Amino acid sequence: MKTAVIVFPGSNCDRDMAVALEQVTGRTPAMVWHRDTDLPDGTDFIALPGGFSYGDYLRSGAMAARSPILRAVADAAGRGVPVLGVCNGFQVLTEAQLLPGALMRNAGLNFVCRTVPLKVENSQSLFTASYSAGETINIPVAHHDGNYFADTATLDRVEGEGRVAFRYADSVNGSARAIAGVLNDAGNVLGMMPHPERAIDRAHGGTDGLRLFEAALGALA
Amino acid sequence: MKVNVYVTLKPGVLDPQGKAIHHALEGLGFGGVADVRAGRFIELDVVDGTSDADLEAMCAKLLANTVIENYRIERP
Repeated sequence: MKTAVIVFPGSNCDRDMAVALEQVTGRTPAMVWHRDTDLPDGTDFIALPGGFSYGDYLRSGAMAARSPILRAVADAAGRGVPVLGVCNGFQVLTEAQLLPGALMRNAGLNFVCRTVPLKVENSQSLFTASYSAGETINIPVAHHDGNYFADTATLDRVEGEGRVAFRYADSVNGSARAIAGVLNDAGNVLGMMPHPERAIDRAHGGTDGLRLFEAALGALA
Repeated sequence: MKVNVYVTLKPGVLDPQGKAIHHALEGLGFGGVADVRAGRFIELDVVDGTSDADLEAMCAKLLANTVIENYRIERP
């Protein structure tokens, strides 16, 4: 099991993501710099971490989505390699058009930083198979631009195809249809604003996030 | 050659920043404002003869996120 964490200038959850991946796989992930053009051979799982890549210049995730390594990530995603984007990683995946929609400034304009309840909408995906449909889990959020937007036709299609992975159980950031996490059409790319890597140890106040990594990485093992 | 690019939110896309600016204007006593939408102005200094197609591509590929934004190119 070879995992990789993509590191951009301004990433700040890359280490937390690496700790989560190592805890579940027992192997140290490759930390891949944004200027690199290739992933390590045989990479089985790619994580795009949270943070403020390129200082959120232009739009959150906009610069990172055009960095050299993203071409390799897009190629891998196209071959079916699982890709998890958390927070800024989700913003990067939408900017790179690997996921539909866009993440805009929170409706309340405030940075929101707290643990929020999420409803698991799809428990059949690679990433969510350890949860039950309709289950409520608690995962921290920490973002300013988490307000998910897509046009009505796209929202209808994404919902109709069961690609909403998680929904906010409470009002958090004004997201369309309370979407907190969304899958690509093949189901191997998940973007989510909440941080599962911040809920993997009892000392975090909960371990609901650990189950996501156990499901995704366990399925690959 | 200077080229101006105006990036604006598409109609129908909620603009919380514009709403906040609107509220602030009302707070300052400006009552006659019906709506505010905030956008972005980008000034490019490009070589003379840069084609319209190249400018369009710059906007579509990077300067605007066409999921949520429109752009307008203004040449001198």
